Amino acid sequence: MEKVIIGNYAVSYGAQLARVQVIAAYPITPQTQIVEKLAEMCASGELNARFIPVESEHSAMASTIGAAATGARAFTATSSQGLALMHEMIHWAAASRLPIVMANVNRALGPGWSIWADQNDSLSQRDTGWLQFYCESNQEVLDTVLQGYRIAEQVMLPVMINLDGFLLSHTSEPVDIPDQALVDRYLPLARRDLILDPDDPHSFGGLVNPEHYMEMRHKMHQAQLQGKEAAREADAQFKAIFGRSYGLVEGYRLEGAELALVVSGTIASTSRVAVDRLREQGEKVGLLKIRMFRPFPGEEVGELLGGFKKVAVIDRNISFGHGGIFCQELKSALYNLPKRPQVYGYIAGLGGRDVTPQTILDIAELTACRNVPPAEADWIWVKV
Amino acid sequence: MGKGMSYQIPEDEYMYSGDVACPGCGAGLAMRLALKALGPRTILVLPASCWSIIAGPFPYSALSVPVYHTAFETGGSTAAGVRAALDMKSDRETTVVTWAGDGGTFDIGLQALSGAVERNENFIYVCYDNEAYMNTGIQRSSATPFGAWTSTTPIGHTKDQPKKDMVGIMAAHRIPYAATANIAYPEDLVRKFQKARAMKGSRFIHILATCPPGWRIASDLSVKVARMAVQTRIFPLYEVENGVKYTINVRPKGLPVSLYLKMQDRFKHLTAEDMAIIQENVDREWERLEDRVASS
Repeated sequence: MEKVIIGNYAVSYGAQLARVQVIAAYPITPQTQIVEKLAEMCASGELNARFIPVESEHSAMASTIGAAATGARAFTATSSQGLALMHEMIHWAAASRLPIVMANVNRALGPGWSIWADQNDSLSQRDTGWLQFYCESNQEVLDTVLQGYRIAEQVMLPVMINLDGFLLSHTSEPVDIPDQALVDRYLPLARRDLILDPDDPHSFGGLVNPEHYMEMRHKMHQAQLQGKEAAREADAQFKAIFGRSYGLVEGYRLEGAELALVVSGTIASTSRVAVDRLREQGEKVGLLKIRMFRPFPGEEVGELLGGFKKVAVIDRNISFGHGGIFCQELKSALYNLPKRPQVYGYIAGLGGRDVTPQTILDIAELTACRNVPPAEADWIWVKV
Repeated sequence: MGKGMSYQIPEDEYMYSGDVACPGCGAGLAMRLALKALGPRTILVLPASCWSIIAGPFPYSALSVPVYHTAFETGGSTAAGVRAALDMKSDRETTVVTWAGDGGTFDIGLQALSGAVERNENFIYVCYDNEAYMNTGIQRSSATPFGAWTSTTPIGHTKDQPKKDMVGIMAAHRIPYAATANIAYPEDLVRKFQKARAMKGSRFIHILATCPPGWRIASDLSVKVARMAVQTRIFPLYEVENGVKYTINVRPKGLPVSLYLKMQDRFKHLTAEDMAIIQENVDREWERLEDRVASS
């Protein structure tokens, strides 16, 4: 059934179709509608789940963890400051090896207060052990919630699904809401072993001495790496049942291109328009959208970009003192290739600054007229 | 055992020998007694505290019930999630019990605890109170009593605020049950856990848990010191139902507080004037408690 819905509701419908059993959440703009909708669904009986209206995001993640540790399919959603407050429990969820799915609506961190799109919130959680996806459309948001549970329950690590504040969260798009029976086939609810259960008592998360801790972290890392194969499988199965797939990365008009733009989130859809325009003008420009950020799809990136002379990475985020974060990740993935492209870094769209097709065209032009990448990333349209 | 007396405490054990508590640890004894009352269908949530260590390092456990170790300030919130998952499985029999120290309860975990009990989450929250951050080496908490030495309230700058009234804060949430308990009164402690277990909603039990290294007492005096806390009315044994109905469970004669204070080297710097201030506080608090009993 097709509906015209905002990105936030795409998350809510995704969680409903996944038959989540426990939701613990706290309001924050621009996420709030996700959990408002879920609270309504729980109240009306459309969704059979316990909704815990906690007093903070820290507690939201702690309750989600408690529920998942007891075997429930658990869900929460947050944004920006809320995600930052959760940080301790974000680590706890991953190291507890719990298959939680969380939606994060990408929003800038304060101060000054900003409620608009920016990826610094989720990218600050890079090293917590969560798998991370960045979505381009409301359909992809809904579909990735479903894929997220399938992947999380396979590798036993939590999955964070990111969508740009307002650009997706509050923007209506037509979305195909999959049939529940098909989703149940794709995502059956199974009883997990090793949960809190008086009939099979175990102790979880206690003191670990140095002779075991490193092995536990090694297993987490291996599980992250397995996340790539799990995501490929989840995407392939999704295509078989629902007819849609996204890949870990997606190349767009890369064939015959001399410059590849590398982007994530909604900047991808804007960049498609810019690439089409450039192609019409005979410019050999293509696009690589990075959908999965953790584990980082280095092989895919290397395969698709290895032959390029120039790559321009557009980051809606900044690692102060070292440039855009996707750009750093990309450079490290390309470094050991026998033939590696020049990588040009661009910072754009922080704190909800508009990224238009013209922004992308400017970036393409700037990259075309340079021969050597500057030491520092360019801040596009910044007033200095 | 005299004629006509019977042993009131269940003989079942859910705590194994071989835990790593200090000798004479009040928190260890408190857990052993509490689990006897709670029984095997219990899930324990353990926020950071001495008990994070006492329970034993991986792959061991000192307890035969399931345990979830969680972050310091999440005793209320983690338990809420566990309960919700049990509800979804229609498991009404299992009791979710958070077992936190005074730092995790009075200080860092107060927000999550308040949130959980305001929602009347269906669980028992236990604070075993050894009156300082003992696991990190005896630092002051808001449960530390007036005048006590700790490593962050050294002699000359000891704590000059009274202990936070935690049961009062819980009662102000109008939860179904809040009570104090003490390892020197095991029948009373066990009865309170059995009573709490039979109830629904948020239940709070505050146990005074002696700490030989932190209180500077000999290990074999642990229970005696705990008993003296009740006998001097420093730690009254009482219950509050629905935030309004107060009952005093043990009515001691009210020995001078100096007898309690002089047993512990954490108070050895106190002057006669300091002890008089403490006595005055204790008398006033007892009167306030009596007033609440009378008006409920």
